[in-house]
Amino acid sequence: MSLAWTAIRLGTVLVYLFMFAPIAVVMLLSFNANQFGSFPMEGLSPRWFIALIENDAIVRAFQTSVVLGLLTAIISTTMGVLAALAMVRYDFPGKRLISTALIAPILVPEVVLAVALLLFLRFLDVPRSFFLLLMGHVIFTLPFVVLVVQARLVGIRREYEEAAMSLGANAFETFRRVTLPLMLPAVMAGSLFAFTISFDDITGTLFWKPGGVETVPTQIFAMLRNSISPEINALGTVMVVFTVALPLLGAALARRLAAGMASGSR
Amino acid sequence: MTDANQNAVELRDVEKRFAEFVAVRKTDLTVPEGSFVTLLGPSGCGKTTTLRMIAGLLDPTEGDIRIKGKSVTEVPIHKRNLGLVFQNYALFPHKSVFDNVAFGLKYRDVPRDEVKRRVKDALQLVQLPHVEDRRPNQLSGGQQQRIALARAIVIQPDVLLLDEPLSALDANLREEMRVELKRIQRELGIATVFVTHDQSEALAMSDTLVVMNSGWVEQMGPPDLVYNEPASAFVADFLGHSNILPGRVAGEEGGFVKVITDAGATILCHTRDRAGRPEGERVRLVMRAERLLLADRHDPAPGTSLMTARVKTVDYLGQSARYFLTTTGADGDPGAGVELQAINPIDRAPFPEGSEVWIRVRGDDCVLLDGDADA
Repeated sequence: MSLAWTAIRLGTVLVYLFMFAPIAVVMLLSFNANQFGSFPMEGLSPRWFIALIENDAIVRAFQTSVVLGLLTAIISTTMGVLAALAMVRYDFPGKRLISTALIAPILVPEVVLAVALLLFLRFLDVPRSFFLLLMGHVIFTLPFVVLVVQARLVGIRREYEEAAMSLGANAFETFRRVTLPLMLPAVMAGSLFAFTISFDDITGTLFWKPGGVETVPTQIFAMLRNSISPEINALGTVMVVFTVALPLLGAALARRLAAGMASGSR
Repeated sequence: MTDANQNAVELRDVEKRFAEFVAVRKTDLTVPEGSFVTLLGPSGCGKTTTLRMIAGLLDPTEGDIRIKGKSVTEVPIHKRNLGLVFQNYALFPHKSVFDNVAFGLKYRDVPRDEVKRRVKDALQLVQLPHVEDRRPNQLSGGQQQRIALARAIVIQPDVLLLDEPLSALDANLREEMRVELKRIQRELGIATVFVTHDQSEALAMSDTLVVMNSGWVEQMGPPDLVYNEPASAFVADFLGHSNILPGRVAGEEGGFVKVITDAGATILCHTRDRAGRPEGERVRLVMRAERLLLADRHDPAPGTSLMTARVKTVDYLGQSARYFLTTTGADGDPGAGVELQAINPIDRAPFPEGSEVWIRVRGDDCVLLDGDADA
């Protein structure tokens, strides 16, 4: 093993350490029995998790985040699948423009998007509401769903649908029995993206949320302004589990589905 | 509506344009009940477009399409009752073989046990009775294409549409499937439209061969007729290897038209209608490569023409050889310097390169075409 390779290995390890050590520390400290969230640790305890559950504000924020994330995922996925179908399977005037417009929310800085939507609704004299917050989340999660589903749809040959139609299935039946099952992994991946992005978001949410409504990220943000409580470490741990484990689970599910399709096991 | 039951498919004045591009021009086509009609041509000739219009995957710009005597121009594909087979099989990868084959029966109110029976029968017919529970990707290409065929015929379609179904298979399998496909088609007596760019498939399988080129039907007829009596230089060139020589009519001899080629050779040629041609008319001669008979020496015989040539290149093919020849002509014969191709069975050894040979061609094997507009 040459020195260069050793250096590369060492470098890689350091980079990963730099990336993940803070997260590991947060997760570790969330089990600290001590009052203060710092080393040295004085024994393991679930007390901060219990405190978390007993904290009404946090539980409410968590509920809001989950409901918001689920609704965002449902709306974004439905719209995204339809948009992807239109983009890939149909030709219509202005297709390129619409395609760009659909993807644009990823390219525009989120702050700009947040302020723009807020000002626009001010202009229309619409008050901030949960519905507005939801719409905001849909806007910037939609591109992810569209991109993921579109990529998959391009790979599904038109012949499958043509074969189904020639056998007597109308457009809806063809979609239900052929197109949708074939693009299901992408649909699942897209909706998971939408959920986690929505669950994670703070910038847009800070601008759009109506008074009194907090999501988990904004709640943490608010709590940090007062003090650094070990509860935040516990909340961080829950968030990590939620936003990392869930997509991993989804990916594993998609792989199993795909593998089932490939190997023919029922 | 007198012939409502005679023709499975009829195209009347059908034309398809994509913006400026004319894919299919004013085409009439008839597929009689039970017959096997092949659309043959190079890519972009309009054969697939024609098939897709019959299928209902494309709407004709003009004209009328009838299936079993009923106009289907306004009928969407899923109500046309067609069997469609694609080059890439297009079996649903997420469904078992059984569910693939049974797919179309779901839309035909077939009772459950009959579905089972019909799927079984169809799989029996394509000689793959024991694969019901497998997934398409567990089968070989040839097997997948058989399943695709079973899926298309199990619904008892009015017409079977095959879009280059053998092109994705390797050579040996392709010939086997060709025989198999023809057997199944005969057995069911189902009207079939077959699209291919492979001339041997087209010649072997068709009742009627339709040769298409840049949106036109160049020629339509039984395969042997199209092969022996090409109606245009394109057909002559596309089917097999042909020598096409421009020339001028120089009278008649023994029921044949005498033509003097531009290079000066005199060749006897038959006409399809057995009628003569006015002297001096510009014509083109078509001589198939395998109809030029080579020998060390030929004696003159009535109704045949002779030329002499030198072998330029020999392409040894085993049981036959393909010769590239340059005509030499006897002393004072100006018919020299013309490049010809000949394909002859080999007796013992092929004629060596550089050797002098005689070429004989029968007037019956020589086809006369009009003018030389583009030659």
